[in-house]
This record gives sequence, C-alpha cells and structure tokens, in this order.
Amino acid sequence: MIPSKFNYIKATSVNEAVSLLDEHGFDAKILSGGHSLIPAMKLRLNRPEVVIDIGGIPGMDVITEEGDAVVIGANCTHQQILNSEIIYKNVNILKQTAATIGDVQVRNKGTIGGSLAHADPSADYPATVLACDATIIVEGKNGSRTIAATDFFLGIFTTALEDDEIITAVRFPKIAHGNYHKFYQSASRFAVVGVAVVFDGSGVKVGVTGVADTPYRATKVEEAYNGDSSAAEHAVDGVAVMSDHFADEAYRSHLAKVFVKRGLEA
Amino acid sequence: MEKFIGKSVKRREDARFLKGAGKYTDDIKLPKMTQAAFVRSPYAHAKILSVDTSEAENAEGVVAVFTAQDGCGEYGVPCGWQVDFKNGETMREPQHPLLAKDKIRHLGEAVAIVIAESLELARDAAELVEVDYEELPAVTDPKKAMEDGAPLVHEQWADNAAFDWCIGNDRAEVETALASAYHVTELEYRNQRLAPNAMEPRSYIADYDVNADKWTLYTSTQNPHLIRLLLCAFALGIPEHKVRVVSYDVGGGFGSKIYHYTEEALLTWASKEIGRPIKWTSDRSEAFLTDAHGRDHVVHSRMGFDKEGKIVAHLTDEYCGLGAYLSTFAPAVPTYLHGTLFQGVYTTPLIHLNVTAPFTHTVAVDAYRGAGRPEATYLLERIISKGAQEMNMDPTEIRLKNFIPPFDGVEQPGYQTQVALQYDSGNYHAVLKRGLEMLGYEDFRKEQKEAREKGRLLGVGFSTYIEGCGIAPSAVVGALGARAGLYEVGQVRVQPTGKVSVYTGAHSHGQGHETVFAQFVADKLGIPMDDVEIEHGDTEQVAFGMGTYGSRSLAVGGSAIVKSIEKILEKGAKIAAHKLEAAEGDLEYAEGKWTVKGTDKSVSFGDVSLTAYVPHDYPEGLEPGLDFSSFYDPSNFTYPFGTHIAVVEVDPDTGKVDLKRFVACDDVGNVMNPMIVDGQIQGGVAQGVGQALLEEVVYDEGGQMITGSYMDYAMPRADDLPMIESDRTVTPCPHNPLGVKGAGEAGAIGSTPAVVNAVVDALAHLGVSDLQMPLTPQRVWKAMQN
Repeated sequence: MIPSKFNYIKATSVNEAVSLLDEHGFDAKILSGGHSLIPAMKLRLNRPEVVIDIGGIPGMDVITEEGDAVVIGANCTHQQILNSEIIYKNVNILKQTAATIGDVQVRNKGTIGGSLAHADPSADYPATVLACDATIIVEGKNGSRTIAATDFFLGIFTTALEDDEIITAVRFPKIAHGNYHKFYQSASRFAVVGVAVVFDGSGVKVGVTGVADTPYRATKVEEAYNGDSSAAEHAVDGVAVMSDHFADEAYRSHLAKVFVKRGLEA
Repeated sequence: MEKFIGKSVKRREDARFLKGAGKYTDDIKLPKMTQAAFVRSPYAHAKILSVDTSEAENAEGVVAVFTAQDGCGEYGVPCGWQVDFKNGETMREPQHPLLAKDKIRHLGEAVAIVIAESLELARDAAELVEVDYEELPAVTDPKKAMEDGAPLVHEQWADNAAFDWCIGNDRAEVETALASAYHVTELEYRNQRLAPNAMEPRSYIADYDVNADKWTLYTSTQNPHLIRLLLCAFALGIPEHKVRVVSYDVGGGFGSKIYHYTEEALLTWASKEIGRPIKWTSDRSEAFLTDAHGRDHVVHSRMGFDKEGKIVAHLTDEYCGLGAYLSTFAPAVPTYLHGTLFQGVYTTPLIHLNVTAPFTHTVAVDAYRGAGRPEATYLLERIISKGAQEMNMDPTEIRLKNFIPPFDGVEQPGYQTQVALQYDSGNYHAVLKRGLEMLGYEDFRKEQKEAREKGRLLGVGFSTYIEGCGIAPSAVVGALGARAGLYEVGQVRVQPTGKVSVYTGAHSHGQGHETVFAQFVADKLGIPMDDVEIEHGDTEQVAFGMGTYGSRSLAVGGSAIVKSIEKILEKGAKIAAHKLEAAEGDLEYAEGKWTVKGTDKSVSFGDVSLTAYVPHDYPEGLEPGLDFSSFYDPSNFTYPFGTHIAVVEVDPDTGKVDLKRFVACDDVGNVMNPMIVDGQIQGGVAQGVGQALLEEVVYDEGGQMITGSYMDYAMPRADDLPMIESDRTVTPCPHNPLGVKGAGEAGAIGSTPAVVNAVVDALAHLGVSDLQMPLTPQRVWKAMQN
C-alpha cells in the first residue's frame, strides 16, 4: 500500500492549479479530500507523476446563499455539508445525501468536488445533483464555465470536464421538497441504488445512481408521474442495468423501482 | 485480602493499547534494518517460464533479490498433522516451498523477495522483477476439484485428494436406519470460505547476528515456541537453541496466526544471507490473498427422525477444501476438530461423517475461530431446525426431545459420544430454558403472528451448541495424527521480595491473559494482584509452550500455572514450618501467610520468599529458591455449551435482514473475569453473525479473488449488531483445577446457525426452507420470489 513516486505541489489559487494542470496534463491528478485518489494510488492503480493539491485554496470551502441558489465550494467536505445550516434550510436533500456517505472519518476528508469529478457510478451525490438540476462550476485555462448536471456525467469515471479544468463550486437551486434514499452495498457502503427525488410543482425530478454505469435522470418515471408512486415501475426503462457480485441485473432493477417508489411516497 | 476470581477486573493491557503504546512487531525498528517486498503471482495456476531480477537488483536502494533458484529453504514449511486415507494410503503432503519455483498454485503465491533500504524502495524494485507466466486452468471449489478432469494442483498424484476420512458408526448401518426412518431431512449447502481479518496484519522481523551466530525472529504469532520448532526442525534445519522467537503484542489472530508461514522462514533464511535484519509487514491486500482462510465445506447431509421427532440417524458427506498446500493444522480442522462434534448435544444413536479433502488452487484453509466446530454446529443446528419445520414441530421442542440428559462428570459419568469423544459435563436443558426466559418466547410468537398479518417478516432462530475446547490431551491427539503434544507450560518465579513473575507458554493476542492469569494467581497465593506479573511471548524468557488457540489458554495454560503454585506452596510450607518451629502438617495457608492452626503464630509469604533466597537459617537438605515450572497435559478436552437465539426482521421489499435481538446463554464452566468472558462472547457473536449475513471470500472460475478488499468483503460493523443480551449457567469442568472450559470461540460457534434459522423462520410461510450463507439481501429476496 505504498504509492509510486510522485511530485506533490500545493496550489494556492485556482489559477495556479489550472496552470499546473495545463502544464502537466495527463501526468497530473488533482487532490482534494483524497478519498478516491489516494486509495487508488496506494494500490498503484493510479500513478500520477504530479499531484496538485487544491485542498488549501482559500475560498473553495465556503457555502453561500445567493438569491434562489446555494453555492457550495468544491472543497467543502461531506461533513461540512451535513452540518451546514444553509443547506439544512434550503437544500435538505443534499444534507440527507451527505449523511449516507462513508463514515465520520471519510466525511471529514472527502469533498463534494472530488466526488463529482471522480464520477464513481455508485457515488451518492450524482443522483442528487441530477434531481436538483444543479450546475457544476468549473475553471480551465480559457476561464470559467458552468455545466448542467444532466450534461456532466458521461460514463464510468468520466465527466464533461476538460483536461485542464477543475470544479470550483456546485450551484444548487433551493429545493423545498426532496429526499434521498439509498440501498447500501454491505461492504463498501456505496450505493447499490441511490435515488434522489425532487418534487417540483405537480411534477417530479428523479436522479438515480448505482444502477447504470452513468447516473441518470429517470425521465420515464418523471413523464409517467401523476401524483402517486405507480410511476416507479419505469425506474429502469431504457437503462442498461449493471450487474455485480452483490446485485445482479434483476435484483438491481427491482431495487431501483423500490427506492424510486420510496422516494415518490416520502 | 481482596479476592479477584469472578470479578470484572479491568484489563491491565488496555492502558497501553488505548494509548497506542502497544509493542507490535511492526513497531520494532532495529539498527541497519532492511525492508522486504514480495513479488506475487497474479494467477491462481500458472507455469513460471522465467524470472528476470536483473533490473530490480540494480534499482536504487536494493540490498538483495532472491528467487527459488537461490536455494532458500529446500524443505519448505511443514504440516503439523497427518490424516491418512481410509484405505491406509499416506496423506499426500506436497512440499510447500518458501518461493514458487516452476509452478504457481494459488493467487498471491510469492515468486521473489526484494530486500531494500526502505519499504518504498523495496516496493518500487519489486515491480521491476519480470516474471513470465503461462496461465493454466484452475479449480477453486472443493467439490469440483474432485470431478474427473479437474485441473490438478499437484501433478504427482492422480487426483486432487489430500486424504479422505470418516468417523462414527458403520455407514451401511446408518443408511439402513435412514431408509426406515419416519422422516428424513436433507440439507445441501456450502459453508463458505472466510478471511480471518485480524486487525494487525502479519508482520515479521528476522535478525541474524553474525557474531553470535544466532537468529531472532520477531513475529506476530499465537504460538512462538511452535513457530521456533517448525522453523528450526523442519523449514530451515537450523539449531533450535540458536533461535529466539519473540511475539510481544499481537493484534488478533482468530487462528490465522497459529501457522508457520513461508514468509517467516524466508526472512529468517535471507537475514543470514545479507547479514542484516529484515522486516516485512503484510498489507491488507496481501492479507486477503495469503492469510490462511477458514471453512470452505461443501455439505450434503441427511438426518432421520422417528414419529416423535427423535433423531434416529445422521449421515453427512462433505468436500472440504484445503487450498494449494497443507497449512500447519489444516488436516485436523475438517476431521478431528469437526467430525468429533457430530453428536452435538443430542442422543443421536447412529452417526456417520465422510470427508473428502482436496487441494484447490487457493490459499490454504486452516483453523479460523472455532475451527471445524462452527461447521459441525452449523450443520446440526440447521438440519434439526429444518427437520422441525418439515415435521411441523416447534424448534425448541425437537431439541428438548433429543438433548442428552444433564450430567456433571462427578456424580454422573461423562457422556460417551458415537464419534470418539467423552463429554466432561453438561446441562443443555438449563441453557435453553434460560435462553427462552430471556427471549420471552411465547410473547415473541404472538408478536410474530401479529406482525405477519401486517406483512412484516419476523423470525426467531435457535442454536444449542457444544464445542470441544482446552486442546488437548497429547496422547489422544497423537493417536489422531497430531505431530505435536498439546500440553502447556507455566512457570511461577517468586522473587526474594515476594513479588511473583509468571511465565506462560500461552500467548495473548487480545484475550487478556495479563489480567486473568494474575487474578487467579493472586487469589491462590493470597497476595495482591499488583504483586503478580504475567510474562509471555519470548522463547528466551518462557521455557516452552504451545500457544493459544482452541480456547485452551486458561483450561490448559492456567492449569499448568496452578500446578506450579501448588509446588510453591508445598515448598513454602517447609520453609514456614522451619521458621515457625512447627510441623508442616500443623500449618494452614490462607490470606498470604502460613499459620500454626489454632494459634496466632504465622509467617507471611514475603518472609518465606526472602528466606528461600537468603537461606541462612533454613531447613536442612532443602534447595534455596522459590521457582517452579510445570507442564500440564489435560486428561480430556473441555466442552462448553450454550443456547443462542436470534430475532430478525426481513424487509419484504429488499430482502435485507435486520438482526433485532441476540440472546446468548452460555456455559463456559467457572468464570474468572465476567467482563472478559462477555467480551469474548460478543466478539465471537459478531464474527458468527458476519458469516451468517455478510462475509464470503469469492474466487471466480479462473481463481481470481473478487472479494480482495473491504470494498467487496463485507465485515460486520457495530451498526449491524444489536446489543447482545447475555447470561450464563455454570457447570464446572470436572477435570481441571480451575473448573474452566474456555470462552474464546463459543460466540462464533453458536451464533451463525441461530441467525440463519431466524431468517428461515421469518420466511417459512413463504415456502422458504433453506438459504445459502451469507444471507445477502439479494439471496434472501430471490428466495422469497420462488
């Protein structure tokens, strides 16, 4: 459990981090909370030559209320999100989501930006950022841009981030009614199925993680929704459902329906 | 004088453990110490075509790289138990090389060792060793390993069997009884493979002193003297008196640190080659691949009952995987530690167990908490509950009908089983009765009925177990194939000031010997506990020992200490009589002093101790000193027993099992420290629940491990468990001086079938009669769908 040799650079600003990323390109990895990168490095599954630590960049770990939205710095830890009064009052579904991640030690180190950038198909946040229609704010050598959550996740460990871009913040609209339900994988406690449901007027927005290699919006459920939970039947319509040692395709599909149902009934 | 036996004295060792001040092997740093890393096979079965170490040898900081070509340990590590085939053929015993030479036989088998100035450099250089493999088909399932055409683990034999074995009554007789039984219950399942997961990974430092021509091996082992013996007499052929084995604090073993591992021998050999100390500490990934696993039985069992539910016959066939090589005690586990418990707590008149034990392309399987006894208990407790279910009987009623009546082993004789053993003492009715009271059985059945009407799935499961502990009478185990005696050694050295040092061959790796042993030594000598120190884990300090496993430390190691205390008091009385100018027979010893009966004339333990070492005015002909060592070889095993009851609720939507209550009423004989016994039971129950619900090592068809980390191997956590409600009955062991039976494994032995029985009970009305462990939500949900 010893990583290969690497150079460690502590970035002091987003600009510096971006230019370092641009300079080192594919040889570099961004370190935030380190809860995905460091285990992969220790197993030598990931061998970056340069690790750019953005953990100490001032201002990146702040949660602020901005009009109709809440903006969460990419370096905010899961525990910070869990403890935040602003999030509790305005995006409670995100607090519920953070509460299901790992344990206290993990939540004290892991960050929302790191988790989203890593794009583990069984991570929790993706379901919630999708259901909330959050936007991912990123910065690269050509400046800043925003990416809609629905455009962000492209595949297993793959996102719409360019090679020189880092996530600086995530912007959530205020959500009055929503909930996150998760079926835990018994070993890792990642999501076998994670479902975020946001009630929006007479409609509903449903984000699903853990089920497919890319987290998705259950649009067939959203279309069929008519105020009760019967639409849950459509939870995996048109979705290529993953299969593994803990949950094969049939069981995972069933769980997706159960948890969408629970979300719609909550 | 304060008495300590039976009190929950806080553990002395915890102060250092809680402060992170324990002295584990990896904490030790020696001058000029190097670090090792292993090059391990990524295949389960492969030919080694070539190994090129040249680049690694030239890498920064590398001291040496060794492969099998360098002649390390030509004998390999030995097996400590021989079980021959039923037809008399000798057990097939392959050489277990320290490094693989031509052939890889399990995933993670070491091909080369790289020794460097630092761990980082060793790891980097290990990646530069180029090994060319030709991958071959593998077999990891014990039953498939015996099929025609299965890939051979060792080509020198026609098939993969290491041995076969049977115990009990004549098979034909048992078959006949089954054929005429009123009802026959059948059970087929796999007692799945488990990884031991000690919190401290295995860690070794070998230090060869060129000037003294002596070796010191620091090792995280449960039995330092046994390691020294196996290392010297078998693996390396080096003189035993020139080797010191040290094992200070050890962070859990659960069996996995009993065995002599290849890395221990290889480091010891290599340390002389390079003339410097070498450290290696397994990381968690290596632990999954290379620590000996537990269980791995494929079972087909039939139990016959008469109309009233009395068991008339029991016949079982098993395939028990041993892994690629025979680990130290591997052959004993699915045989003498397993089949001998097939009587359980029942009067079954006819029993036959047939075992086929094949090699597989996996890491070795050996003893893991309970070692053969959890497998036996699981089988008996599942099949009797399934029998009750099929015959529409209450699971407690069928047990009560079949229990062996109470016997104390003093007034009533021990119980002779059909499978070789004679139980010492037992009262199986009493623990079940107490367990049912604790549970509130009748109320539970009402609650279950009401819940079921609302669509909730509640269930209760029972397990009434027995185990054989206090391992073991040497003559008995010798006759059964053990290549060692299983006595224990206890030395009591009274210092001139009356302070007492006790040296035990038992080894604490979490059990709390430093506390418990001091409790009874203090009481027996009538001195404060603070005056007693317990030493263990260093072959240069402790005369000899067989270590800790099989819940033996107090029953066997404690008894050896008691023998030495008796010798101390006997000699002390001679000195006291001299000092008091009285006859020895007129003295009595109590409260730390010898008193002339009926008078106030007395002399203290401290006075006598000083006199023994300053023998100016001393009994004629008596040797000075007060220091005795004793060997204790038990006359029988001990037989703890108990009742475990689980209450579960199954989520009908997901199949997830919620363990709501766990009731344990155990009888471990006399109890020295109730807090420690409770802790042992709780930890054991957690492990047993882990097997029932969560844990399994899974190899795929090619022999790759798909549960090689905590991302995929599910361990029980605090929130998987309810508070464990425990109580005890006390049926003392009649054949050891402390009357103790052992508590280390009971929790893991009793709990597993209770949990599975509870889940089956919760789903019985849906037609579920069996479930394969671990009871993952997926498995439970699928069973509910059928």
